[in-house]
Amino acid sequence: MSSDNRPFVTDDSQVLTDTRDARMTGEDNRFNSKLREAFGSSPFILTKFDKFMNWVRGSSMFMLQFGIACCSIEMMHTYAVKHDLDRFGAGVPRASPRQADVIIVPGTIVSKFAPRMKRVYDQMPEPKFVIGMGSCTISGGPFQEGYNVVKGAEEVIPVDIHVPGCPPRPEALVYGVAKLQERIANGESSPVTVKPYELEQFGDLDRDEIVDQLAREIDEEDLVMRYNWADSP
Amino acid sequence: MSLEEPEPDVPAPVEEQSPDELAELLGDHVIGREEHLNAPGYVIRPDAVQDVLSTLKEEAGYDHLSCVTAQEYEDRYESIYHLKKFDDPTQEVSVVVPADRENPVSESAEPVFRTADWHEREAYDLVGIDYDDHPDLRRILLPESWQGHPLAEDYDQDRPQIVPLRENANPLQEDHRGEDDTDTMFLNIGPHHPATHGVLHLKTTLDGEQVADVESDIGYLHRCEEQICQNGTYRHQIMPYPDRWDYISAGLLNEWAYARAAEDMADIEVPEYAQVIRTMGAELCRIAAHMLAVGTFALDVYGDFTAIFMYAIRDREKAQNILEDLTGQRLMFNYFRLGGVVWDLPEPREEFFEKTRDFLEDLPEALEEYHDLISGNEILQMRTIDTGVLPPEVAKSYGATGPVARGSGIDYDLRRDDPYGYYDELDWDVVTEDGCDNYSRLLVRLREVEESAKIIEQCIDLLEDWPEEDRTIQANVPRTLKPDDDTEIYRAVEGAKGELGIYMRSDGTDKPARFKIRSPCFSNLQTLPEMAEGEYVPDLVAALGSLDIVLGEVDR
Ligand code: SF4
Repeated sequence: MSSDNRPFVTDDSQVLTDTRDARMTGEDNRFNSKLREAFGSSPFILTKFDKFMNWVRGSSMFMLQFGIACCSIEMMHTYAVKHDLDRFGAGVPRASPRQADVIIVPGTIVSKFAPRMKRVYDQMPEPKFVIGMGSCTISGGPFQEGYNVVKGAEEVIPVDIHVPGCPPRPEALVYGVAKLQERIANGESSPVTVKPYELEQFGDLDRDEIVDQLAREIDEEDLVMRYNWADSP
Repeated sequence: MSLEEPEPDVPAPVEEQSPDELAELLGDHVIGREEHLNAPGYVIRPDAVQDVLSTLKEEAGYDHLSCVTAQEYEDRYESIYHLKKFDDPTQEVSVVVPADRENPVSESAEPVFRTADWHEREAYDLVGIDYDDHPDLRRILLPESWQGHPLAEDYDQDRPQIVPLRENANPLQEDHRGEDDTDTMFLNIGPHHPATHGVLHLKTTLDGEQVADVESDIGYLHRCEEQICQNGTYRHQIMPYPDRWDYISAGLLNEWAYARAAEDMADIEVPEYAQVIRTMGAELCRIAAHMLAVGTFALDVYGDFTAIFMYAIRDREKAQNILEDLTGQRLMFNYFRLGGVVWDLPEPREEFFEKTRDFLEDLPEALEEYHDLISGNEILQMRTIDTGVLPPEVAKSYGATGPVARGSGIDYDLRRDDPYGYYDELDWDVVTEDGCDNYSRLLVRLREVEESAKIIEQCIDLLEDWPEEDRTIQANVPRTLKPDDDTEIYRAVEGAKGELGIYMRSDGTDKPARFKIRSPCFSNLQTLPEMAEGEYVPDLVAALGSLDIVLGEVDR
């Protein structure tokens, strides 16, 4: 078959000049994107290609198969027949975080789970995006006053889109995903800042009463998450 | 529960002891008597728990330790063992064990009832009672490093907490090999894993490909449901939460558990019309819940995301549409009110009836499809028949209920045995299978869908002909409910996964002083090691799938 095809010929005579020209026209914002603005990287990496890449990224999102609580039932309905998120190029759940680029956080996050969620998020390759599904991921939702409930996913990982509801209807989640795709296509993503609850080594914590109490149980190098419930919103 | 002639093989009535006979049986272990709304209570010495429970079990036939409630009073701690009989759950007795305020210790019930293991660990974790002679008294819901016991009086919710993230143990490292040099290997499943149905962590020890030991690590979804219910008023603020215990569309079934307990406590009579609506709604929920159970079970066994799972979701969507018409929500219905339901059937009623009837009409065909695809499939049969075996005696000692118990041949269904709602007026059967294996549990669920459909159909017939002037949907309930001080009640209903019970104690205010949830999944999950040990890893996954746990209810 391939023998009767004409060999694929590219015109590479202009490639060098084009690249050089592109680099020299610094003031011209043609190649700049929001992503570049945010990251401030050199034009060397970003070419026209980045716009294309953003579009591709938004149109073929691999979701992490991640279920926490009640909202995940509606999330399953969003993936399945009738709502069929796959129509929008975003419906292939991947079981491994290393193969996924979007994580939908569908449920209440409690103290025992937050470090695990952070770990799963860290394992996802860049660029990665987060959809917070439901009131629980916004503020703790109906369980806000619980002694064990983290007051929103944003306390632990950066969230790009919040979909409110308890639980949000599948239509709402589809809308949220579509909005995220729009943002990705525009090269936007939420800035990564230090969150109130981070994983740190136990030895790095300030020596206060509780650290002293736990010093016998926990190794210096163990990763821990410290919850300051009193400062939580 | 049939309207026809009683069947010939009606079991002989279970012998019942009067409270005084029981007191005599227990002799001088009893130091006081209490009256709970559901059962007589015996206050016993904290070092006689095993004696008393085994006497009640062996000599009086109380073979079902339904729940253990722990609570703190101003002057003492208290554990309550709620006992029932599998043969007749209306016969109940509460064993009340006080413990010292300064040094709360009482004897563990674990040697008598295996299920007490987790229940007492939970009591230790949340309330802080120590159980003597318990094999493994550790925290169960909260992280090991937690400080304080959150349901105790002096707990300070604002104190900081530190939770460690330990690396998963490395199976190749020397010290993770099991003892005596066998070639065992340690394997973590979860807490984020597609086969665990939520956030459950299984610590598994393998010997070759066989499971030598498995331990469930739960608490990744402990949302403080009991605390939140204790902070809510009876009348309106508690009802939204039951929807979120077993969130697989079993909302109305759960709401009924709370409604039943609170109505009995406050002596509220629910109008018959509302009972019929409740019965219908609850069974719709059961169908939706079982559909998901079947779909995910097939997903676990075949890894088939495209056909069966989608079929199950398709049928769930139909049930959810009907429920949405009825309640206004797809999942978190909040439809029951104390004394009835919040509103009547949607108008135009004919359309609603027609839609429901269409659903029921299509159901046999859908079930046929399931049988073709799932239960009739040779591969699935090879994977599930005779795997995950749970003998009835073991199931009972773990307090297993619902389809898990009925799949082991235990004929126990609260809808029939401890009737509530409109169930005893309708014609339906309790489904049991005696294979005791994964396959039986699957069959039980599929056949229960048929029974639920029967119930719904009869309810619709009734509702259609209900005279318009009699359509009372709510009883007259005072705006603020304040049950008498120190009233205690434990009431259960048949949820989608089994016996869902609520214990409440009032203190004369409009909020419960103690609110305890007896979750069927919590007890059912405890049977996992019994079913999985000695089996292959995939059978462990199948066994877990057949238990159909939902972590929202396990962890509460
Ligand atoms: S937002 Fe509501 S539905 Fe979603 S996880 Fe929280 S409680 Fe459940």
